[in-house]
Amino acid sequence: MRALLAQRLLGALPVLFGVSIVIFALIHLAPGDVTTALLGPQATERDRAELRHTLGLDQPVPVQYAMWLARTSAGDFGVSIATQRPVAGLVLPRFANTIILAASSLLLAMLIGYSVGLLAALRSGSLFDRCVMTLTLLSGSAPPFWLGLLLVLTFALSLGWLPVSGMQNMAGDGGVLDVLRHLVLPTVTTALAPAAIITRMARSSVIDALCRTHVRVARAKGLAPGALLRRHVILNALPPVLTITGLQLGYLLGGALLTEVVFAWPGLGSLLYDSITARDIPVIQATTLLIALSFVVTNIMIDVLNAMLDPRLRRVEV
Amino acid sequence: MTASERAAEPSAATGAPSFAQRYWRLSAFMRDRAAVVAALFLLVVAAAAILAPLIGLYDPNDADNAMRLARPGAAGHILGADQQGRDMLARLIWGGRVSLLIGVAPTLLASALGLILGMLAGAIRGFVDQLIMRVLDVVFAFPLVLLAIAISGVLTPGIRTEIISITIVLVPYVARLVYTTTLGVIAMPFIEAARAAGASQATLLARYVLPNVLSPVIVYATTLVGLIIVVGSGLSFLGLGVQPPTADWGAMIADGRVVLRRAAHVTVEPGLLILTVSLAFNFLGDGLRDALDPRAARR
Amino acid sequence: MANPILEVRDLVTRFGSPARGVTVVDGVGFSLYRGRTTALVGESGSGKTATALSVMRLVESSGATVAGAVRYDGQDLLALEERAMRHIRGARLGMVFQDPLTSLNPALRIGSQIAETILAHEAVSAGEAWSRAVDLLKRVGLPAPAERARDYPHQFSGGMRQRVMIAAAIACSPEIIIADEPTTALDLTVQAKILRLLHELQREMGAALLLITHDLGVVAAMADDVLVMYAGRIVERADVDTLFHAPRHPYTQALLACVLNIEDDSRAPLEPIGGQPPDLRDPPPGCRFAPRCPRAVAACRQVDPQLLPVSNRQAVACLLEQKEAAYG
Repeated sequence: MRALLAQRLLGALPVLFGVSIVIFALIHLAPGDVTTALLGPQATERDRAELRHTLGLDQPVPVQYAMWLARTSAGDFGVSIATQRPVAGLVLPRFANTIILAASSLLLAMLIGYSVGLLAALRSGSLFDRCVMTLTLLSGSAPPFWLGLLLVLTFALSLGWLPVSGMQNMAGDGGVLDVLRHLVLPTVTTALAPAAIITRMARSSVIDALCRTHVRVARAKGLAPGALLRRHVILNALPPVLTITGLQLGYLLGGALLTEVVFAWPGLGSLLYDSITARDIPVIQATTLLIALSFVVTNIMIDVLNAMLDPRLRRVEV
Repeated sequence: MTASERAAEPSAATGAPSFAQRYWRLSAFMRDRAAVVAALFLLVVAAAAILAPLIGLYDPNDADNAMRLARPGAAGHILGADQQGRDMLARLIWGGRVSLLIGVAPTLLASALGLILGMLAGAIRGFVDQLIMRVLDVVFAFPLVLLAIAISGVLTPGIRTEIISITIVLVPYVARLVYTTTLGVIAMPFIEAARAAGASQATLLARYVLPNVLSPVIVYATTLVGLIIVVGSGLSFLGLGVQPPTADWGAMIADGRVVLRRAAHVTVEPGLLILTVSLAFNFLGDGLRDALDPRAARR
Repeated sequence: MANPILEVRDLVTRFGSPARGVTVVDGVGFSLYRGRTTALVGESGSGKTATALSVMRLVESSGATVAGAVRYDGQDLLALEERAMRHIRGARLGMVFQDPLTSLNPALRIGSQIAETILAHEAVSAGEAWSRAVDLLKRVGLPAPAERARDYPHQFSGGMRQRVMIAAAIACSPEIIIADEPTTALDLTVQAKILRLLHELQREMGAALLLITHDLGVVAAMADDVLVMYAGRIVERADVDTLFHAPRHPYTQALLACVLNIEDDSRAPLEPIGGQPPDLRDPPPGCRFAPRCPRAVAACRQVDPQLLPVSNRQAVACLLEQKEAAYG
C-alpha cells in the first residue's frame, strides 16, 4: 500500500510540473505587455522597469520560470493588482470558505447519492426507481447556476425562509447558525449535479453487484439480509462509486465557482471571478494553482482509498 | 459472432460499412423513441437558429420601454419580454445561434484533435504515446470548468475565446477515449491480418482503426455537446462569453437574475431551453450508442 | 434403505407468466439418503442446476415460481417463510457452486468468507468462528491454513478456491450437501482430488450428497444412485451399477454410447446423439426425447411417459421399457 502511495505521488510530480508551467504561462497569454498585465495600465515606467527586473523578464523564459517557481514554492504569490496586498493573505481565507462549501456539498451529494442510489437499485424497475432516474437526468442536464437561481426564487424570494446571499465569516456576528443559514442554498445548489451523477453510479454499481455469483453463494450460506447486503453487495459496489465521488470533488472545486458567484459566497471561486473581471493576474494564478493542486491530491487519495477496498488494486504496476 | 454482429463490423476487405449495415443502424436507431423525438426536437431548434433572420421575429436587440418585463402571452410577445422590453422569443432564437455554436464548435474541434492525438498515441506507442498522454494528464489535472474560466479570463472575452478555451479543456477527454479504443482495436486479429497482407501504417489507421474508433467518439461527442452547452452557458453567465447586447442563453440568465423577483420568466425561459436541449443531446447520444454498437445495447 | 433425509415430490419450477414462460423443472421427484451420494446427470439446459436451486429456494429471487413439495425434517421447505428457510440454508443444507473464481467475494479474506457461514447460524464470537474456519481449511487440505486464511481469493488457484468453497459449505456440518458441477471448472488433475475430498467429508459427516454433473466419469467414480435428467424431467433412476450395466432409457443408453469405455475392445465408433434438446417454451407432445429417439414409435409422440419403477432398483420414463417390464 505504501508502495502504491509512493508511486502515485511520484507520478503526480510531472503532472504538477506541467500544471505549474500552465499557470506560469497564464501571464504570458494575456494580451499586452506582461508588466501592464501585472501592474495595471496606470503604472509608471520606473515601476515597470523594476518589475521587469524582479521578475527577470529580461532573462530567458526558462530562467523566468525557475524564478517564479522558487518564489511560489516559498509562498510568495506576488501582489494583487487590485488591492496591492500580498496575494497569499488574500487567497488563503477564501480557500477555507471554498473548502467549507465544497465539503458540505460533497457530503450532501454523497448522502443523497448513496442512499437513493442503493434504494433505487434494490427496487429496480419500480416507480420509485423510475422517478429517481428521471430526476437525476433532469438535475444533471440543467445548468447548476440556473437551478440555484430557481432555488433562490422559491426559498429566498418567495418564501423568505433563507437568505439570498452574503455570508459572514465564521467568527462573524451572526455566529454558526447564521453561517449555516447562508450555507443551505449554496450547498444544495452545488450538490445537485454531483448528487445526480453519484446516484446513477451507485444505482448501476449496486445492480451489477447484485448479479454477481458470490451474492447467490452468500445467500446459499444462509446469511442474514443485513450481512449479505453489507459484505457482498455494498462492499463490492463501492469502488466505482468512490471513484466517481472523488471526481465530483474536482467538479465541485471548479463548479462551486458559479454557485459562489450566484450566492456571493466569499470563496476561492468568487475571488477568481472578481480577479478575472479586474484582470488581476497574480490572483488568477494563485487561485488556479491552489485548486489544481487540491484536485491532484484528492485524486491520489481516491486511488489509495480504492486500493484499500479492493485488494486486487494494491499491486504496484510496473 | 451472430450474423447481425458480423454485419455491424466493417468488412475487413474494404474497411467501410456496407449500405446494408448503415441501413440496419438506422432502423435500430428508429426503435429508440426517446432518441427519435430528441433528434426531431434538435432539428427544429437548429433550424430555428439557422433560419432566424428569415423568420418574422422581433429584432432581439430592439428595446421597447413600453413592454418592459411583459409577461408571457402579453400583446405580441408569446414568451414575454425582458427588462429592456426586448422580445424573449426572438432573443432565445437568436441566442440559440450563439449557444449552439458554443456547444457544437468546441466539441467538433476537440473531437478532431482528440482523434488525431489519441490515434497517434495508441498506434505509435513508445515515446510519442508517453509524451501525448503526459501532456493530457496536465490538462486533466484541472477541473474542467475552472480551466475554461481561467483561460477565458486571461484572454479577451468573446465567443472565439470561449470556443478556444472549451476546446482546449475538452481535447484530453476525447483523446483518452480514442486512445483506449485504439489500443483495443489494434489488438484485434483483423489488424494483424491486414498487416500481414502488407497494409502500411497509414492505411491501417485510416481504413481499419478509424471506422472502429469513430463510433464511440460520435456517441461521446453527442453527449458532450449537451454538457458543453451547459458549461458554455456558465461562461456566458459570468460575462466571459458574448458581450452585450448580443443574446446568448447563459447571458440571458444573467440578465434575468437582476429581475428575478419581479419577472422570473426572464430567467426561467433560457434555462428551460438549455435543459431541454441538453437532455435532447443526451437521449440522442444514447440512441446513437444503441444503434452503432449492438453489443452495447441494454435497457 | 433407511428413511430418506430429503424427499422431493412433483417439483415444478417456472419462469415467466403462466401464458408465456418456460418450465425448466417439470415434475421432478427423488429422495436423498444419509451417507449416500446421488448423482444428477444431464446435459446443459436439462434443468439440473435449476432443480438444486429450487430445493434451496434460491431461484425465486430471479422471478421463478416453484411448486411441489420438498420434505425435510418433517416440514415442507417450499412452504417455509424466507426467514425460516434462511436458518436452514447453509446450516442444514450446504451448497457448493460451480465456478470457484466468481463464487468467492474478491474483497473479503477467505477466512472471513468461511467464518460468516458460522456466524450466521451459531451464536459464537468472531474469534471462535475464525479459528473454526482455520480448522476447516486444514480439514479440506489447505497447507498453512492459519496464514492462508488471511489471504484474498485472487491469491489462490482454482483448486484451492474450490476447497475453500467446500469448507464454507460444510462449516456448520449440514446433513445434506448439494454440489453443482464442483469440478467442471477445474483442471483434470485437480478434479480427482476435489472429488476425493468430497467423498471423505461425506463419509465423515454421514451427510447425503447430491452431486450434479454432466460427466459420466464423475458419476461412475462417486455415485451410489443416479438420476438422469432430460428436458426438465427425470427419465431414469437407478443405482450406479445397474445404470452403467443395464441402462434402460434410450437417452441413458445413448449417453453411455458416447463415452469411451477403456475396457471395451470392440472399436465400435462413438455415436453422438443427433438433434437438439427441445425448446422448453414449447415442448413437443408426448415423450420429450421422442424426436431424437432411435426406438420411438407412434405412441411415444402422443403419450407422455411417467417415471415408473421397472424393478426394485430402477425406474424409467419410457413407454417401451415400461411395457417390456410389465409383460416381459
